[in-house]
Amino acid sequence: MIAIPQSAHFAEPLPLASGASLRAYDLAYETYGALNAAKSNAILICHALNASHHVAGVYENEPDNLGWWDNMVGPGKPVDTDKFFVIGVNNLGSCFGSTGPLSINPDSGTPYGADFPLVTVEDWVDSHLRLVERLGIDKLAAVMGGSLGGMQAMCWSYRYPARLANALVIAAAPNLSAQNIAFNEVARQAIMSDPAFHGGAFASHHVKPRDGLTVARMIGHITYISDDQMESKFGRGLREGKNFSFAPEFQIESYLRYQGEKFSEYYDANTYLRVTKALDYYDPALDHGGDLAKALAPATARFLVISFTTDWRFSPARSREIVKALLHNKKNVTYAEVDAPHGHDAFLLDDPRYLGVVRAFLSRVAA
Amino acid sequence: MITRKDFEAISHWVQPDSSVLDLGCGDGSLLVNLQQTRNITGYGIENDDAGILQCVNNGVNVIQSNLESGLKEIGDGAFDYVILSQTLQAMKRTEAVVDEMLRVGREAIVTFPNFGYWRHRWQIMTGHMPVSDNLPYQWYDTPNVHMCTVADFDAFCERKKLRVLSRLVMNHDREQPVLPNLLGTLALYRFTK
Repeated sequence: MIAIPQSAHFAEPLPLASGASLRAYDLAYETYGALNAAKSNAILICHALNASHHVAGVYENEPDNLGWWDNMVGPGKPVDTDKFFVIGVNNLGSCFGSTGPLSINPDSGTPYGADFPLVTVEDWVDSHLRLVERLGIDKLAAVMGGSLGGMQAMCWSYRYPARLANALVIAAAPNLSAQNIAFNEVARQAIMSDPAFHGGAFASHHVKPRDGLTVARMIGHITYISDDQMESKFGRGLREGKNFSFAPEFQIESYLRYQGEKFSEYYDANTYLRVTKALDYYDPALDHGGDLAKALAPATARFLVISFTTDWRFSPARSREIVKALLHNKKNVTYAEVDAPHGHDAFLLDDPRYLGVVRAFLSRVAA
Repeated sequence: MITRKDFEAISHWVQPDSSVLDLGCGDGSLLVNLQQTRNITGYGIENDDAGILQCVNNGVNVIQSNLESGLKEIGDGAFDYVILSQTLQAMKRTEAVVDEMLRVGREAIVTFPNFGYWRHRWQIMTGHMPVSDNLPYQWYDTPNVHMCTVADFDAFCERKKLRVLSRLVMNHDREQPVLPNLLGTLALYRFTK
C-alpha cells in the first residue's frame, strides 16, 4: 500500500487548555481506503509518544518506511482499509509535519522552538475534530489508539460523544501514575540538563541536545519492555566479553544506546518535553472530583478496551479503572486482557489474540 | 454443555428489559438468547481468550476477568440478575463467589451438575469417581473442585439464609420433579439475600 502524506491548513485560531492559542496551524495526515458516499466509514487513528500520521503503508520513494501500525491497518487487516476510510493524523507540537516547535512562528518569522505552547490531549482532540470536519465527516465509525493514542480515543468519547460510534482504547490509562510522571520527569531532565539544550533555543545555536534525547529515549525504552522480555531478548549477554571499560559491553547497553541515538537523530527535544507533559497532565477525572465515571458519563460510543498482562508502564489495573467507570455508567464495553509477554510495546506487535479481538470488534462496526 | 432447555428455564426466570451479568459466559450464547427473548442489557465475564473472541463475534459485551478474584469493577446492586451457569463447581472460593453475586446483583441464578444423581452414586458404590454427560471429566483432569448435590445446595442456602425464589431440577432435557436429588442431572436455582 502506497501512502501519500497530506497537510491541511487551519486559519482559525485554536484556543488551548493553557489559555494560549495557536493563531493558525497545519495538520499532517494520511488516509487509507475510500470514504463512502454516506461518509460513515471513517476511523481516526491517534498516535502515541513518538509516532506520526504515517500509520500504514510505505511512501513511493521510501519503500522501507513502513507505517507504525502497518500490522493493524491495511487491506484485509484488522482495521480493514477495504471497508474503512482510515485517517492517521500527526499531533500538534510534533516534529513530523504538524505545526510544532520546528515550525515557523508567524509572530517572529523564526522557528517556535521553546516558544511553542504546551498542548494537551484535549487540544489535540479539538484540532483533530477540525480535520474530521474538513474531510466532511459528521460522525466517525471509530476513534482508535494505543498508549497516549488510547487516551485521545477516550477523550473523544466524552468530549465529542456525537462524533464517534466506537472507541478503541488500547494499552492506555485514565491518567499517569506518580511512577509514570517520575519516568517522564527524568527523561525531561536528561534533555534540559544537556548543555546543548540552551533552554530550548538550541536551533539558534545550531546544535541539538542529542545526548539528552538519547538518555530520555533509553529510559523510555526500559519502561516499554517487560522484565521477562528484556531477559529473554538480552539477558546478561555480552557483545565480546568484559573489557573493564564503560563502553557498551552488555547487549542491553548497546541496544538501548542504539535506540537512543537513532531517536536523537530524528526527534525534536522540544517536542519530547511537550508530549511527555501532555501525558502528565491528562486526567479527565480531575474536573469531576477524581470520579472517572462522572468524566466518562457523556460517552455514547461502544468501547473496546485492551490491556496487556506484562505492561507495567500502563498496567491492566489502569485499564480496569476505565472499564469500571464505563460499567458504572452502563456503557457498552468489552475488555480484553491479553496475556502477551512484550510489555507496553505489545500494542504495536503481532499477537493473534489481540489482533483477532480488534478484527472481530470492527467486523461488527457498520461502515 | 448447557442445553437449550436450560436457556428456556433461565429465560423464563428473567424479567423483560432487565440487566444481566453472566459469569463464565463462554461464547456469550446465553446472553444472546436473553437479548433476543427478554430484551435484556448485559455483560459477560469470561477468563478464556477464545471465549472473549467468540463473545465479540457474537456482539456481546464481555469483560475478561478471573471470577476467583472477585468482581471489583462492578458496583453494588448494579444488575437485576447475576448468572453462574455450570461454573459453581469449578470455583475454588465458592462461598465468596456467591457472596459477590449477591453483592452486585438483586438476584442470583446458579446452575450446577447434581452430584447426587443416581448414576454418580452408583459409580462411587462400585469404587470409581463419577463420569457422566454432565461430569465428563476424569478425576485427574477435572476443573471441578467443589461438587455438591441438590440437598447440599438447599442446606447451603438455608445456612446462609438465602431465599430460594425458584428451583428447577432437570434430567437431561426434562424437568425432574420426582426425587430430584436422585434422578436429576442438573439443578437450577434462583435466589436472593
